[in-house]
Amino acid sequence: MTKRSYINGLPLVLLLSGMSTPAFAGSEDVVVENAWSRASIGVNRPGAAYMTVRNTGEDAVTLTGLTTPLAVMPEIHESKTNADGVSSMAPADEITIEPGQSVALEPGGLHAMLMKLQEPMTEGENFPLTLTFSDGGKVTVEVPILGIAARGPES
Amino acid sequence: MQRRHVVQYGAAGVGAVALMLGVGWWRVDGPGAPKPAGQRPLPLSAMDFRLTDHEGNEVGPETLIGRPTMVFFGFTYCPDVCPTTLSDISGWLEDLGDDAARMNVVFITVDPERDTVEAMAEYVGYFHPAIRGWTGPANQVARAAEGFRASYERVPTEGGDYTMNHTASVFLFDAKGELVTMIDYHEPREFAVPKIRRALTEDVEGAT
Ligand SMILES: [Cu+2]
Repeated sequence: MTKRSYINGLPLVLLLSGMSTPAFAGSEDVVVENAWSRASIGVNRPGAAYMTVRNTGEDAVTLTGLTTPLAVMPEIHESKTNADGVSSMAPADEITIEPGQSVALEPGGLHAMLMKLQEPMTEGENFPLTLTFSDGGKVTVEVPILGIAARGPES
Repeated sequence: MQRRHVVQYGAAGVGAVALMLGVGWWRVDGPGAPKPAGQRPLPLSAMDFRLTDHEGNEVGPETLIGRPTMVFFGFTYCPDVCPTTLSDISGWLEDLGDDAARMNVVFITVDPERDTVEAMAEYVGYFHPAIRGWTGPANQVARAAEGFRASYERVPTEGGDYTMNHTASVFLFDAKGELVTMIDYHEPREFAVPKIRRALTEDVEGAT
């Protein structure tokens, strides 16, 4: 119950952190919603985080990278499953979000891949993840860590 | 700063190669290409491999015959597709309720180098209790994948680690070990659960 109310409080936090950065063309109007991740077993396995990145402004924004104290090598990846049912994963290209549009980082598609974890991802905790944009702006989101078997931000 | 650039080009290079390979494959065998009949998984009775389950028991295809079976391939160092499949399957099993106890549900690793029996035991413990984790020598994992007509491939990542491309479909067999159908990755639950019920029903029909 406490977790639920905390998650609901996130968009406000994000909005505030977005507003506190200097004025950049575009990325200051980025809102990140429904961020979540799964707990890890130790630090040897990579983690993944998911969220919706919404561009509420009037200029297109391009997401170019990630940083977080949790992982040495955070990177935007894309999983794909081909017609024969074979899944693969590779670094994604830069992601441009048009005004009024959003991009979903969700299981089986785009994800924030957290390689070389500095510490285990523990259920119930959060970690900060900073999204960097081509205009130099940054948006930091607190990502809640859910259970290993979580299916989405609500579970 | 210089370093950062090198790392990023490295990533772009790996991505570009992966993309080119993907595109090449896509054109040859991609959507629209009919699936050759030989690509259907064999009946369980025609498979031959020896693995160890997450509790240390020796297992093989014959372990599965006699009950409906759900099998899928993956690896525990997989951050996205595998935990998603495992939690989807856990959800389907919850929907099936008591019927879930009538099935074999097996997760076979394609990465036995890292997925020891202990690693499998720890990992499957986080998902539905019906899910069993199987691992074993690389050549036996290869024979298992061959039987299911599943494919997998080790792909180096930029940090010196590696990831695995692999078949992400879930295979459904009836109690006699005949393939009933497959559930594609991310198939909506409203399609998946009826397919599983079909495998359970064919079990009943086979018994009468
Ligand atoms: Cu990834």
